[in-house]
Amino acid sequence: MNRIENAFKNKPIFMPYFPLGYPNLDTSIDVIETLAKNGADLIEVGISFSDPLADGPVIQKATQIALEQGITVKKSLAAIAELRNRGVTIPLILMGYFNPMLAYGLEKFIQDAKEAGADGFIVPDLPPEEAGEFQSLVGDLPLIQMLAPTSPNERMESIARNAKGFIYLVSVTGVTGARTSISDGLGDLIARVREHTSAKVCVGFGIGTPEQAKQVGLLADGVIVGSACVKTIGSSEKPVEAAKQFAAEFRSALQELKK
Amino acid sequence: MSTLLPPKFGPYGGRFVPETLMPALIELEQAFVDAQKDKVFRNEFEGLLASFVGRPTPLTYAKRLSEKLGGAQIYLKREDLAHTGAHKINNALGQALLVKRMGKKRVVAETGAGQHGVASATAAALLGLECVVYMGSVDIARQEPNVFRMKLLGAEVRPVESGTKTLKDAINEAIRDWVTNVRDTHYLLGSALGPHPYPTIVREFQSVIGIEAREQMLRDAGRLPDTVIACVGGGSNAIGVFSGFVDDEQVELIGVEAGGSGIASGKHAARFGDASKARVGVIHGTRTYVLQDEDGQIAETHSVSAGLDYAAVGPEHAMMRDNERAFYTSATDVEALDAFQTLCHTEGIIPALESSHAVAEVIKRAPTMKKDQVILVNLSGRGDKDLNTVIKELGTNL
Ligand SMILES: Cc1ncc(COP(=O)(O)O)c(C=O)c1O
Repeated sequence: MNRIENAFKNKPIFMPYFPLGYPNLDTSIDVIETLAKNGADLIEVGISFSDPLADGPVIQKATQIALEQGITVKKSLAAIAELRNRGVTIPLILMGYFNPMLAYGLEKFIQDAKEAGADGFIVPDLPPEEAGEFQSLVGDLPLIQMLAPTSPNERMESIARNAKGFIYLVSVTGVTGARTSISDGLGDLIARVREHTSAKVCVGFGIGTPEQAKQVGLLADGVIVGSACVKTIGSSEKPVEAAKQFAAEFRSALQELKK
Repeated sequence: MSTLLPPKFGPYGGRFVPETLMPALIELEQAFVDAQKDKVFRNEFEGLLASFVGRPTPLTYAKRLSEKLGGAQIYLKREDLAHTGAHKINNALGQALLVKRMGKKRVVAETGAGQHGVASATAAALLGLECVVYMGSVDIARQEPNVFRMKLLGAEVRPVESGTKTLKDAINEAIRDWVTNVRDTHYLLGSALGPHPYPTIVREFQSVIGIEAREQMLRDAGRLPDTVIACVGGGSNAIGVFSGFVDDEQVELIGVEAGGSGIASGKHAARFGDASKARVGVIHGTRTYVLQDEDGQIAETHSVSAGLDYAAVGPEHAMMRDNERAFYTSATDVEALDAFQTLCHTEGIIPALESSHAVAEVIKRAPTMKKDQVILVNLSGRGDKDLNTVIKELGTNL
């Protein structure tokens, strides 16, 4: 069983996002290690890009700082290897925009990511129509497919049919960032996705509190928490301790739902 | 998941956008294809181009400039005389009509020089649409008159403070707004850029420039030009005028990028001119030549003209460059400012700084050509918006 399948043994799973290099490289590695060892079931590890057009202000700012701190794709991949050296065993999915991967060399990027110990990829600006080249190189690592509230049924069906790993369901029409409440239509949206697929459905965008995570966890197989995680940890004087607490809170909110 | 129109130009173009936007792009393509077949739509568009924009724009023989340069005969396609002062209105009106057709009520637009923002605000006012324009705060400072114009026309101008605070970041913000409000909002993209179907739609709405210019050349000069020259920011005025001549193989097509402080300085926006920084990449939904660093981070660009100050170029230009149907060169800030003044003095026309880049290439090229040869230059806009910049750049020389 691969690491991703293994992670889904007890659902719903907790999947925080954190960008490498923020607030600096060493701290980000410590933060991700801490999240992994204190309750995260899978981590989306961010690779920064200068023009993150699907991201709201929190992630924009964090990735901007990461770039100013000198993060690169190469350093990001080395950090994945370092996390494996430190005994992180949960799945690490690389999340980033397409251009830095292209600039690194797509084939080499995928190969090096694999060697470093990554378990898959999320590339928000690579819809299935453009993913052919990536898919042909990726081998057995999944390129996670995204679905959105605007996806019509036929699209959902064709995208879900080829889904590997899990489906990343964007819960709102919008950019990343915590919202004050979970959208009313989420239950229906998840039900609509489930009509088309038996794949695991993980929900992201807009989830900011353990309470909201629980609400979503009742419906979905996984709960993705990005901006809130970045903001809470990034604004703390002691990011590593903040990460420990953040993971523990979300973990315990989802714990009682786990089966 | 096939498309109605070809989504690529050779290896360039495509639709590199988040899933949330894919259905909107599919809807837009469908609406565009239907509209193109619909006589009522075409009549309405052509009617507005005539009665509202003032088309056809004239073709002007630049007698004194031709004499001064002593070579080829120079003709100017006068997009500066289109309503709102630049070619941008052609595309803005076309898309705004599509918006009505799709039943959407709100448009968002990006703008660099402010010309596309003004054109969008104008089209929105004319057709009763809500309009929000994103503009980098650096551009707001250097194109202030256009900011006032947009506001007077009823648009909301939202300053963009992220990244380099120029056109690239304005596009990011416009896309973020669009992702958030996609159900009732259309992204009125202003150049031959972005994800499919935008480069095709924008070319088609700007093709009126080339269609008119070809007829006017035959009428006034009795022949086709040897060379057609246009400035290339995202590439919409260039693709519009080129499209009229692309099938005339003997006509040479020249695009002029912003050379800024010179290619060697690294401060420029010459996507085709700087092999050390420009590589094929993906930005704002399209695969094309992009100025970027080794790590794939989009580079800062520089040009005295806000409308050319952008790190990527429209994908169709990338293809035309590869297959050598068109050739691309650049003019520096200094050359553009010189050309600006030359055109003012010799022809009584104040050109936009963007268009002045095309004029700069004319000044280099015309003297090398014979007197019976002909250059057509697309004067994409007028320079009123640039007076603050020009006065500052030229200082007491004015
Ligand atoms: C007068 C004028 N010409 C040219 C441009 C460059 O755009 P494009 O390359 O799309 O024609 C602009 C853009 O703002 C402009 O205002």
